Order: sequence, then C-alpha cells, then structure tokens
Amino acid sequence: MSAPNRPIPAFDRQGELSQSERIDVAMRSFVRDFGWTAALHVESCVRCGLCAEACHFYRATGDAKYTPALKLEPIRRAYFREVGPFAPIVRALDLVPRPTTGDLERWQELVYDSCNMCGRCTLVCPMGIDIAELVRDMRHGMFVAGLVPERLALMDRAARQWGSTATPGEDLPDILAEVSERYGVAIPCDLDRADMLVTAAPAELTEHTKALAGAAKILDRAGVRWTMHREGFDASNVGFNNGDVELQERLTRALIDTAVKIGAKTVLLPECGHAYGAARWEAGKWYAGEVPVRVIHMTEFLDESLAAGKIRVRRIGESATFHDPCQIVRRGGLEAAARRVLAALGFELRELQDHGVTGFCCGGGGGVVSNVRSAPLRARVFEMKKAQVEATGAKHFVTSCGQCRITLEQGAKATQWTKSPESLLELVADNLVD
Amino acid sequence: MTLLEFARGPALAFAIAVFLLGSAWRLWTIFRLPRLADRSPAREGAASPAAGALHAIVRAMWPRRSFARWTHFLTLNGYVFHVGLAVVFFGYAPHIAFVRRLTGLSWPAFPDPVMYVAAGVTIVSLLFALLWRLTDPVRKTLSTADDTISWTVTFLPLLTGMAATSEPSAAILARDHAIYTTALSIHLLSAELLLVWFPFGKLMHAVLFAFSRGASGIRLSHRGVNV
Ligand code: SF4
Ligand code: SF4
Repeated sequence: MSAPNRPIPAFDRQGELSQSERIDVAMRSFVRDFGWTAALHVESCVRCGLCAEACHFYRATGDAKYTPALKLEPIRRAYFREVGPFAPIVRALDLVPRPTTGDLERWQELVYDSCNMCGRCTLVCPMGIDIAELVRDMRHGMFVAGLVPERLALMDRAARQWGSTATPGEDLPDILAEVSERYGVAIPCDLDRADMLVTAAPAELTEHTKALAGAAKILDRAGVRWTMHREGFDASNVGFNNGDVELQERLTRALIDTAVKIGAKTVLLPECGHAYGAARWEAGKWYAGEVPVRVIHMTEFLDESLAAGKIRVRRIGESATFHDPCQIVRRGGLEAAARRVLAALGFELRELQDHGVTGFCCGGGGGVVSNVRSAPLRARVFEMKKAQVEATGAKHFVTSCGQCRITLEQGAKATQWTKSPESLLELVADNLVD
Repeated sequence: MTLLEFARGPALAFAIAVFLLGSAWRLWTIFRLPRLADRSPAREGAASPAAGALHAIVRAMWPRRSFARWTHFLTLNGYVFHVGLAVVFFGYAPHIAFVRRLTGLSWPAFPDPVMYVAAGVTIVSLLFALLWRLTDPVRKTLSTADDTISWTVTFLPLLTGMAATSEPSAAILARDHAIYTTALSIHLLSAELLLVWFPFGKLMHAVLFAFSRGASGIRLSHRGVNV
C-alpha cells in the first residue's frame, strides 16, 4: 500500500523520545495488541476498497487517502513483520517495509483527525473487518510513541491530573450547587450511600448543564436514590479515545470503584457515546471476575423507566428525526431503545436516509470534535448530515449523545443553520407529567 | 521424465504439500495468539456467539441497500468471477476426471458449451477487476504486490486452460493419453502455481473470510447490535 502522496500535514509530538525509539515503542504496542480477532482482520483484507464508500471522510472529500483500510497501514506492517505467519522471512527480505517516523506522523492525521472509530466501514466490508477496533489499537501505539494531536494530549494530561477533562473533583460540589440553583433542582453530591452513581460528560458541567439538571429531575421522579461523587464523575473516557490505556483503566475504575464504595448497584452513564463504549463494553478488561455493578446508558435508563411506568411523559405529537450516535447504536446496540423513548414522546419519527446501524457519524466521535485541526474536515462531513436532516422535513432533530450535539451545533453555527440538535434526555425531562 | 510427467508428478505433489502445509501454518499462527475474550456482560437477550457469527457470515454476502450502486456492482462482479472459477474448476469434465484419478471422487460435469461461456465470462470479469484496480484511485492506493501476484496466478490457469482446450471433452476423455502434452503441462503447472501462492497472499481469504466475519459478528451480537 502506498503512503498518502501529500505533504505531511501538521502533526504533533509529545515527550523526548528519539525517532527510532518512537518507532520501537509504537511497534511493540501494535504487536502486543494482537489477539485472534485483530490478526484475522489484518490477514483477511483483500484490498477491495469497498470500505471507502462507507466512510464519511472519504464520501465528503473523495480523497483516497481516507480509505478505511489504508488507515491501518502501520499496524498491518507491524503485523506482517513481527507477528504474521512468515514474519522472519518478511523481515529478512524486507518484503513489508518497517514504518518510519514520517509514516507515523502522516498516519497521525489518518487515525486521529479523520477516523471517529464509528464502525460504519465494517458493515460494508465483505470480510467484516472491524477497522474501528484496529484504529484503536493503532492509537495505543501512537500514544505511547508520543504522536498524538496536541489538543488531545492536553486533555489527556488534564484527565490524568484531575480525573476529568472539565474540572478537578474538588470543584464538583460547587459546580453542582450552581446548576442546582440555576434550574431549581437538587443534585446530591458525595453521599455515603446510594443505589445509583450518576456520572456526567464534561459538557454537562459547562455548556450542557441543562442536561444534568434534566437527569436530576427524571431520577427524582423515578424515585431513585442517587448521587454524584467527586471521586468518579466524568464518564467521557479520554483515555479510550486517545489510546492511553493506562488512563482508560484509571478513569473506568474511578467510576466503578466509587460505585462499589457507596454501595451503588448501578452506574448511570450520561448522554455520551464513548462513555458507553469505554465503561459498558470495556470495563470487563480491568475486573478479573465480573464487573461488580451494572453499567447503563442514559437512553437505557429512560427506556426502562418509561416501560416500568416510573416516569411518564407528555406526547409532543410533532415530527422528529434522530441522529444515531455510533457508539450507542452501531457499536452499542441501543437502536430500538432510543426509538421507544421517541415513541413515548409521541413523535412522528421520520428516519434519516441512513439511520440505525448504517447512520453516518456526526464527524466528531473518537475525540475528533476536540481536535481543532480537523475542523475543516468535520465541516464537510456536517454538510452530509445536514442534507439528510433537511430531506426529512422533520421539526425536531434529536440525538442521545452530548458530543454529537456539540459537533452538530458547531456545524450548524458555521453554516447559519437554524436547526439545533435536541437532547433526548432533555426532551424527556421537559415533558415529564405526574 | 517428460514435462507432463513432471507436472503430474513431483510438481503436483509439491504444490499440494505447500498449499496444505502453508495454509495450516497460516491458520495456526493466527489461532496461537491470545483469545482476548470479551469480559463485559452480554446485552440481555443477546444472540449466542455461534448465532452471532453465523448471522454475520450470511449477512455480509450482500451489501446493504444504503451503500451505493457501484458497491453492488463490484460485489456482483466479485460473485461472477468467484462462481465462474468454481464452475470452471468443478464442472469441466476433464477436471473431474483429473480429480477422480487423484482421489477416486467424481460428480456429473456441465456440458462443454456451459463451460466455454463460464470461462469467457470469468475472464472478462477478472479483466474488469484488474482494470478497476489499476485505474480507481482508492484501489490504486491500497494495492500491493500481492494483488498483482494473486490476480496473475488466478488468471493464468484460465488462460492456459483455454489454450489447452482444442477439442470437446468427450474426445479428450476417450483417449487414454494426452496428445497436446505441452499445453496441458503448462496448464497444470499454472494451476500448481496458484496452489503454491495460495497460503502466502490474499487468496487465503477463501478460508479466512468466515472467521473474519464471524469474529465481528460475535463482538457485535454480544452488544445486542442488530446488524
Ligand atoms: S472493505 Fe474490507 S476487505 Fe475491502 S479493503 Fe476495506 S477492509 Fe479490506
Ligand atoms: S471507523 Fe468510521 S471514521 Fe473510521 S474509517 Fe471506518 S467509517 Fe471511517
């Protein structure tokens, strides 16, 4: 496979490793991550290129360098040189070249700026290759090699220090007190005992505080004994996105261990896709036996509470379309749950042309929304989503992930689009009835 | 030893040995790696891993509606040459006779005209696949030497086979010895080349596709994703 034949785009470096050390540590990490599934997926690619059509970055630009299979090139090389069936021969004859630092720098753009790890490409791949997961493995290697976009590295440092990218834990009680006062709803913090540990996405502690207040309203109405806690409150796992496995473990443990400490049986995740990916599907990596608590997404909680009659909502009776957040639907399995909540709200659902498991990513997932460098690319992806939303003619544009909302809000602002994505949680909170 | 004796004897034995041992080795090197089992609790009501794998294997046989028409067209072209190759190999009477000599197994053959059409269509379809690979920017960017080699070793037996077929099957089979020995030897050797290359390149997807699709099927069905 050929390297993208372009000038090297802006790339960032962290740490003091020499060129060759960066390659060594990246290669070691790539190699370490190979189990059956990853090996099968690297081995079975037939380079048919069908995955290009599934990827919004390719679709929006028509540039072949965004072909999903190409994003995996360095890890593919690492596999065939170090792990694969004929590795010694491949190495001896240099049949597959060893990646250079130049390659890794070039691929920084492909795996961090132009992949949301959304998994849409897997659906079209005739070999069923899970490219999103391999991109994550690549990010592990890139992270240890200190080749992460600086903005994401900055967030990583904040999260390592504070346990959150938004605020240090000590400030949480004050922030919650302000939100309580502003919306007139109590938000318990640091209770010694509770049945449910409620967590937030960073934006809910800053610009999306209404979502947090809405959650509080619904939890109270459902009669849940809950609390937030300064020792584990930010569920958006930046380690999961960046490829910082150590941080991913630390952030996951902060949530689950805090829940165990206060006797909670459930950790409630906010409207955040990657929080779900990290805590629901990957917490098992860090707990030898079973994950000691149930981990659920806000959409599941809304769905279950409505089904059990613990909360009731007014039927809005207008038309709506729904953006399926990738980590919650295509990678998380909550397609039907979100639609049941929309139905309870009495929406006439007008599906996007591509919806459910085949819905397009908003373009911001996997930390891309925080990566300033990729803003022009995101804007082009946004145009695709905007066109699909407009084609439905629906009055409301709803989603269940705060990160998607931020990405879509940015797109709307840049294009003076009057439609603003609404939160499913906030719609439920605003329409609660006794 | 004549060229035909060589092609039918040591060369064939060598090719089959490389094919079997190489493929087994390649599979073993994959499955000796750690399993990295998914330890998250499965979604309530999720399909069993076997059902998830099977569903994914079957589902990936045809692209979803939401993918563009040319994806469907390329998939169709893929089917044409895959099925065409299978028909040509398994349906042609002299091939069946060849397999019977080796293994004692045999089955009914297709009539010769069907075979000629199948071979012709397969050749056109493979040429189209090559053209697409050489001209389309996505495929050009992805291509490696393996693609050229794999295409060539797949195409050669078809071409040499056509060259070796100058009589109806019945006439060929009626004789107890081959008369166009050079053409036949070259045809056999080209097929042996394909067998020898099989374990080293992407032709191995003929075996790996089920495992690869199945692995994603297990991962996603565990999460209750309805793919
Ligand atoms: S669709 Fe699958 S097999 Fe084809 S190039 Fe992409 S990853 Fe490889
Ligand atoms: S995971 Fe999504 S963003 Fe990444 S290559 Fe595949 S389709 Fe594109």
